[in-house]
Order: sequence, then structure tokens, then C-alpha cells
Amino acid sequence: MIRVFYAVLLRDVTLAMRYRTDVLTALFFFLIVVSLFPLAIGAEKATLRLIAPGVIWVAALLASLLALERLFADDYADGSLEQMLLIPQPLVIIVLAKISAHWLLTGLPLTLIAPLIGLQYHLLPNEQWTMMLALVLGTPVLSLIGAIGAALTLGLRGGGVLVALLILPLYIPVLVYGAGAVAKAMAGVADISAYFELLGAFLILALVLSPWATAAALKVSSE
Amino acid sequence: MPDLTLEFSNLEVQRGDRLLFSRLSGAVSSHELLFVKGENGSGKSTLLRCLAGLYAPDEGTVCWQGQELGRLGEEYRRNLLYLGHLNGIKANLTALENLRFLCTVEGSVHGNRDIQNALHKMGLAGFEDVPARMLSQGQKRRIALSRLMLSTAALWVLDEPFTALDVHAVEMLQSVISAHLENGGIVVITTHQETPLTTDSSRTLWLGRQP
Repeated sequence: MIRVFYAVLLRDVTLAMRYRTDVLTALFFFLIVVSLFPLAIGAEKATLRLIAPGVIWVAALLASLLALERLFADDYADGSLEQMLLIPQPLVIIVLAKISAHWLLTGLPLTLIAPLIGLQYHLLPNEQWTMMLALVLGTPVLSLIGAIGAALTLGLRGGGVLVALLILPLYIPVLVYGAGAVAKAMAGVADISAYFELLGAFLILALVLSPWATAAALKVSSE
Repeated sequence: MPDLTLEFSNLEVQRGDRLLFSRLSGAVSSHELLFVKGENGSGKSTLLRCLAGLYAPDEGTVCWQGQELGRLGEEYRRNLLYLGHLNGIKANLTALENLRFLCTVEGSVHGNRDIQNALHKMGLAGFEDVPARMLSQGQKRRIALSRLMLSTAALWVLDEPFTALDVHAVEMLQSVISAHLENGGIVVITTHQETPLTTDSSRTLWLGRQP
């Protein structure tokens, strides 16, 4: 079982490394969107610090959404998905491996690049750490929830827009508590562990439910 | 291999308003080849997908060794190799990488040497390390068909396996299928190509109008 998980994960990461534009598109999208705000609003320190958590989280949300469309679409188009459904292993394992690969290729790079963005918004080091920790807990939830939408809209025309409509409302709790954690840290609240606990709870909940829902949706979509 | 049987009874599939087939029954067991014939759009591929468990028929059941597919799940999939219209080959991976991945997830244990031998037999010597997107349609098909030689599955469900293949590859594929049947395997196949294999086939199933 672990062997299959690892094989699928490795395959998806290898494919992404061969065709790097896909990975870089989401990352550059994130960078550009976040960089547009200081240009449009002005470089005033107080204003930028005020909007930083919200802007960074919304941009991360959209960047993650951007990469979602391709999560299953390529495999669906070339018949690999069909073959994956026939693998003599639980489909949940394969789905989980694909979602993990998706996070490694979108959520993780976003988290790692966040301090660079933080500098632009005059965030202090401890606020940067809060931001990164919130992103590490929050971005896997985005990938997990997004996978359900990607599986449901597989093979539909205009699936991309539909995914956004289906999934963005479900992202709201992560957005609220992810941005909330950073905003509270910036406001000088000493104990923000409740925010991380909630984000962690979301992650565990999504980890338990999403692979099953995604697997069921994939079976229906590929009929 | 012990005696194996695949049975289907009273299958009915409706696509939209159109009834593809109904009250379709049959069985195929070890050493037998079931040749599914019919015009374009008569539901051959859908029937094969039903047999592979990829499509749930509106009515009827498919049984492997007397047990329904839904109940067997993974155990059935371990006995099955399905090749559809799509090759299931990643264009950005090489032939070797594609097959290595498929063997790993299928659980069939093969070293690189075995995979290379299979590719050589399919006439892909020298193309093992070329990304599949650089290969021709026929060569991609050959990669997918190399799986037949590596698979330990008893039941092969092949949807138009001869498309895009040249004469030499068609002969090769036929000998592989014959060998599988001799070893006690089961093959369910659709094709529009007349081959010795299909003309002496043990069982034929007509879908739709017979000419």
C-alpha cells in the first residue's frame, strides 16, 4: 500500500519536474498578485501591514485553485486515470498520493516563498513565522478540499470556473482563521495557539473525509 | 491456472435516451476468447467497460468465479488487465518509466531487465529511454501492449488492441494472445480487423443488428 502511495507520488512529482511551467505558473501568479497591491495602494507602511494577511491568504487561495484544474485532467485525458481506477489497491490511497503531490508542488512552494512577500509588506520576523506556520497548516486543506471539486468537474466543459464556484465557499474557514492568526499576531496578541489548533483540526478533518469523497467523485466522473 | 469463469447476465445499459443493449448474457472461461462484434456505436466499448468494472450497468450483474464484481473489488482487479482506446501512457515519461510505474502499482514484480525484454519483443528496442510523446501512435500503442507480457492477470479485456499497429506488431500481438489462452487465460476482445485469432475464436457475441 505504501509502495503504491510512493509510486504515484513520485510519478506526479517527476512529471511536474519534466514540465515545470505548470508548477511555476501557480507560484508566479501568487507572486504577481501579491506584488500588485503595494503598487496599486501605495507603499505606506501602516496600510500595507493592515492588508498583508488578507492579501497573502487570498492570493494563496487563488494560486492553489489555479493548479487544481490539472490535478486529474491530464490523467483523465490520456487514460491513466482509467488505469489507476483498476489498480488492485484502494483508490483512496492513490487519491491521497495525488493530493500530496499537488501540495508539494503548490502549497509548499507558496509557504517557502511567503517570507519574501512578507518583507514587501513590512512584516516582522515573528509575524513571518506565524504566517508560514498558518500556511503550512492551511494549504494542505486547500489541496484536499480542492481535489473533491476537481474530481467532480472532471471532463466537463468550463470545469475550471465551476471548480471555483464549488470550492471557494468551502475555503472560507481556512481563509478566516489563516489570515486571522497573522492579523492577531500583528496586533500583539501573545497567545494565538487557538488559531493553529483550529487550522490543525480543519486539516485532520479534510484528511479523513476528502480522499473518500474524491475517490467516489472520480468513479462517477470516469464512467 | 485453475479454471476461471467470467459471467454476465441480463446486462442493460442506457445512454441518454438510447438503449445500447439489454438482456445481454454470456460467459467465458479459461482457454477461451470472447470476440465481441458489432457496428460502430453498438455498445462494444461500454460492454467491455462494464466487464472491467469501470461502468456500472443499469441492470444485470457481472460475476467472476461466481461472485459479483462489486463485492470482489481489489481481488477482481488483481486478475484483470484492461486496455481501452486510450493507452494510459504518460507522454512525458519514457517507455521504461511508464511500464515500471504500472508494474509497481499493479503489484507484479519485475526488474528493469524484464521490462526491457518486453519492450524489445514489442519492437521498441532503442526507444526505452525516449519520452513517449516523441513516439508515433503505433509505438505508443506498443508500449501499452507490452503490459500484456508483464502482467500476471488471467483476464485480459482488450478494446480494439490492433488499432494503429503495423502487420508485424499485429502478428506479434496475436501470438501473445494465443499463448495466454493456452496458459489458461481468458481474453475478451473487440476488433474490426479480421485475424485468424478472431475467426477461430471460441465464442462470438453480437451486439445490435447482425448483417
